[in-house]
Amino acid sequence: MGSATETFYDVIRRQGITRRSFVKFCNLTAASLGLGPVAATQMARALETKPRIPVIWMHGLECTCCSESFIRSAHPLAKDVILSMISLDYDDTLMAAAGHQAEAILQETREKYKGGYILAVEGNPPLNEDGMYCIDGGRPFVEKLKEMAGDAMAVIAWGACASWGCVQAAKPNPTQAVPIDKVIRDKPIIKVPGCPPIAEVMTGVISYILTFGKMPELDRQGRPKMFYSQRIHDKCYRRPHFDAGQFVESWDDESARKGYCLYKVGCKGPTTYNACSTVRWNGGVSFPIQSGHGCIGCSEDGFWDKGSFYDRLTTIRQFGVEATADQIGLLATGAVIGGVAVHTAATAVKRLTSKHDPHRRNDQQ
Amino acid sequence: MAHDAKMLTGVMDATDDVIVAGPSIYVYEAPVRLWHWGNALCITILAVTGYFIGSPPPTMPGEASDSFLFGYIRFAHFAAGQVLAVAFLARILWAFWGNKYSRQIFYIPVWEKTWWKGIIREARWYLFLEKEPYKYIGHNPLAHTAMFAMFTLFNLGMIITGFALYSEGTGRDSWQAKAFGWVFDIWPNSQDIHTLHHLGMWVIVIFAIIHIYAAVREDIMSRQTMISTMISGERQFRDEREG
Repeated sequence: MGSATETFYDVIRRQGITRRSFVKFCNLTAASLGLGPVAATQMARALETKPRIPVIWMHGLECTCCSESFIRSAHPLAKDVILSMISLDYDDTLMAAAGHQAEAILQETREKYKGGYILAVEGNPPLNEDGMYCIDGGRPFVEKLKEMAGDAMAVIAWGACASWGCVQAAKPNPTQAVPIDKVIRDKPIIKVPGCPPIAEVMTGVISYILTFGKMPELDRQGRPKMFYSQRIHDKCYRRPHFDAGQFVESWDDESARKGYCLYKVGCKGPTTYNACSTVRWNGGVSFPIQSGHGCIGCSEDGFWDKGSFYDRLTTIRQFGVEATADQIGLLATGAVIGGVAVHTAATAVKRLTSKHDPHRRNDQQ
Repeated sequence: MAHDAKMLTGVMDATDDVIVAGPSIYVYEAPVRLWHWGNALCITILAVTGYFIGSPPPTMPGEASDSFLFGYIRFAHFAAGQVLAVAFLARILWAFWGNKYSRQIFYIPVWEKTWWKGIIREARWYLFLEKEPYKYIGHNPLAHTAMFAMFTLFNLGMIITGFALYSEGTGRDSWQAKAFGWVFDIWPNSQDIHTLHHLGMWVIVIFAIIHIYAAVREDIMSRQTMISTMISGERQFRDEREG
């Protein structure tokens, strides 16, 4: 898939893309990263002069939705950008090579670009039974992952699987699937969660690394701040209905038709950090809330295990039965009120009977 | 009550025997009482608004621009929460200036035998196994433990989770996020923090029920004043016997 010494600009010019389109792309990407016009020039220069970064894209336990999202990046140069900006040396779902040929590329890249390639991981490794639940090229995926991570410059964790574990790590997690930062401990990891992440966010992260030659600024949980520092809720166009107290109560009510806030039907926007409400999906066409469904919080840790997607109050399983905080609280409050009532009655009985006790020491006036 | 000094000898507090004179003892200084009642008001507002934040009231009619109901509910919650937090800090400061009873809620003397004995005796009193309770100037050991658990530990937990949740709105660069962002290291998905904070509300509701019941009951049943002490700060004793 091309030599890594070629620049991105060389490749797209060869493919017949005009310089005008190229500059447009730089401006759009710089804007989506929240950077100023100067950054667009920097980006153009970097893409013209820097050799393309070799990228190894590995697949563990996953559904390929991250790849599906990635190849649908809506920028004008979509396929060219993605496949030209980086030197995608290995991606078993996209590459033509297969079998031993494909495996050879892994070893070649690891040796030729030691410490200089980016390892992009889609999916995660299961650890149970020595990793036998995910065999890739005749070996447990976890072994291959550790091996390739050992010589990488940096690691990108694509999607909820690689970042948090996602559905295969949801309770009871029979295969013991774990996020990749549980097995890769000595390399910087950029988490780009989402199920899948937004295409523009994925290309944005790669553009940033290529342009500036460094990792984007990460938040406390290892996510790029530029895309994950605000909640869906903070930029939601239905937010005025939330503040006004106008909520959808059920899916077929008048409020749903009027496009009110989906908070009461379980929207996880207030606890979900992602760029959906600003970047949106499919080329900025829409995002779940705009389509009338609450956010399910797919870019958050363990989102499968946080109760129903359609309840505001999360159900708690620790008490044996599934109940919300309010159900548990009301039950406990009722029990305590009952206890207090019984205690009051007992106190009253004791006091009345002790009045007749001739040996009573208490001499209250 | 016309007590003389002799009547009040041998009154016990949580730590040792002290001999006091006079008809009543000034226990809870003004800042402590102000904090107590301010705290009670804040907690009431926080519990009511907190319940509505979890289960919002029915949908408002009209345009979104016509009302700001949920905004006001959240505002009241955040305002009361910050007042509660500042009052808690002020209360800690007062422990350095105030009398020995102002320090009581911030620690429990687990190293003292008398305190353990006091707990057992108070527990027996509530189980109707004791004829009468001891007299205490400050909190009795059982109450003392409850106050420490609720007003120091639990209150702090609610303040920390509360500010962590508040930082989600103020943004990642805010001082709230810098000071309380570590909470997200423990619970990366803030939905969990919402759930715990909400469960915490019910713990406080339950505590309030027991707290009020115990105060009223002791006011009637014990050998000393309770409710009037919470208002005036003065503790009066109803008999002159020791213990």
